[in-house]
Amino acid sequence: METLDAIISQYIDPYYLRIMVLIGINIILALGINLITGVTGQLTMGHAGFMSIGAYTSAILSMQYGFSYLAALLAGALMAALFGVIIGIPTLRLEGDYLAMVTIGAAEIIRVFFLNFEPGGKAVGMAGIPQHTTFITVWLVALIIILLNVRLLNSRYGRAFYAIKENEIAAAASGIDTTRIKILAFMVGAFLGGLGGGLYAHYMYYINPQDFGFMKSIELLNMVVLGGMGSIPGTILGAFILTLAPEMLRIVSEYRLLFYGALLVILMIFRPNGLLGNVRLYDLRKRWWKKEVETWQS
Amino acid sequence: MAVLSLENISQEFGGLRALDAFNLDVEESAIFGIIGPNGAGKTTLFNIITGIYTPTEGNIVFQGRNINQAATHKIACLGIARTFQNIRLFNKLSALDNVRIGCHGISKSGFFSSLFGLPSMLHEEKQIKEESKQLLTLVGLYDKREEYAENLAYGEQRRLEIARALALKPTLLLLDEPAAGMNSGEKAELMILIRQIRQDMKLTILIVEHDMNLVMNICERIAVLDYGRKIAEGSPSEVKSDERVIQSYLGAGA
Repeated sequence: METLDAIISQYIDPYYLRIMVLIGINIILALGINLITGVTGQLTMGHAGFMSIGAYTSAILSMQYGFSYLAALLAGALMAALFGVIIGIPTLRLEGDYLAMVTIGAAEIIRVFFLNFEPGGKAVGMAGIPQHTTFITVWLVALIIILLNVRLLNSRYGRAFYAIKENEIAAAASGIDTTRIKILAFMVGAFLGGLGGGLYAHYMYYINPQDFGFMKSIELLNMVVLGGMGSIPGTILGAFILTLAPEMLRIVSEYRLLFYGALLVILMIFRPNGLLGNVRLYDLRKRWWKKEVETWQS
Repeated sequence: MAVLSLENISQEFGGLRALDAFNLDVEESAIFGIIGPNGAGKTTLFNIITGIYTPTEGNIVFQGRNINQAATHKIACLGIARTFQNIRLFNKLSALDNVRIGCHGISKSGFFSSLFGLPSMLHEEKQIKEESKQLLTLVGLYDKREEYAENLAYGEQRRLEIARALALKPTLLLLDEPAAGMNSGEKAELMILIRQIRQDMKLTILIVEHDMNLVMNICERIAVLDYGRKIAEGSPSEVKSDERVIQSYLGAGA
């Protein structure tokens, strides 16, 4: 793997390589949000909180306790999943938008906690985290996560997630334990958040609590909304576009954020369901097939 | 033996008594109808049986088991499936997926075997797909299995709800106004479907319905509700000639 990375870094500009790595990390993070918000329909606005738990846990474990890269990543993700369950159990019993409020609050609490967390360097943050995350590792992990996501969403659990979003009462009447399934989605989403955080920490070399603020959560949520709620290809596309957009918009320098915002507004007007929301292979095939029949008849 | 017994069920919403000391015994493999004017408490009754509401007083006994406090999904897994008066389908999912979700309560694959696609889970998935296709064939929606539920016609949506309920392999099926919004041809088909379901799957069926023609034709026993009380119970002909029923619901000349 190391040799592969060496070969790649010979041929690709480090700037582009860096963007590609960030895209990979964002895909993993956004897929976590997609599972909670896009598929199960529970609005979460504090994903950066889970990301920071994964980042700090894995960074501390690999720097101070000599954990291997893989073990540190896994521990960070599991820690985030644990917090996902702790936050999820009391809030997911409620209906409506309470979850959005609680997740914003929880992410803030986590951020403030790390601001005062001695082993994490308080507001100064942690520096000198070994840079294990490379292009290959990120995309390998991202690929596995994408495959497992596809797998999961095509299983009875995936269908239960969709069912809860579509109609919770009907889901319960079909024998789905809605509270349990919602907590499960939240846990898996938090796990992916922690995993992304761990990868991020081991790539950035330096982390501090401000990296994981409210705006980070919104940025990640945007990827899912823009790409298409509940759609895996859509989420991946959203992660690509929203990671690339700030870079592409460097040409307009100080108007960057203005353009970024305008881009979002325009996309939401023309594709309110997101770029690939409600797009199914079946419909595309049918449309294509129909066209073929028509041309054949004429 | 009664499959379902309601003993002295009362339900209060604030000051409103939606059901008042209601008793009901539903015999095995019967088609049992519940009729009554709007607001009589018919849908409330279904919501109590399926655990959406917990009754203020009284007991619900299903196959000898008290299910008063059981959660909705547990009751579904015990074998009580239902359809809804205001259709509640999973709109943005295909007809096939709607029925497959109906199988959730009786399928067993665990989370990790689903995640990693273990053989036992793949086998179960195959079985679910097969059964779902059969159910769609039964209700005549096989050709539309890939359509979004929301794109189906109204009558088709009602039939899809029945297919989804049957996916649970229930012993008791609750149909909440299955013929609402159907034309007479669809109603005739529905009657045949309901009879066929009962015969093929050895089900007990409880129907709330306003269409008297349908109720009188397929129900073997009927209970009449008015203001949360049962005012009559008996065979269709008995109910039809009951003085109080005519007065409060059927109207003179019916």
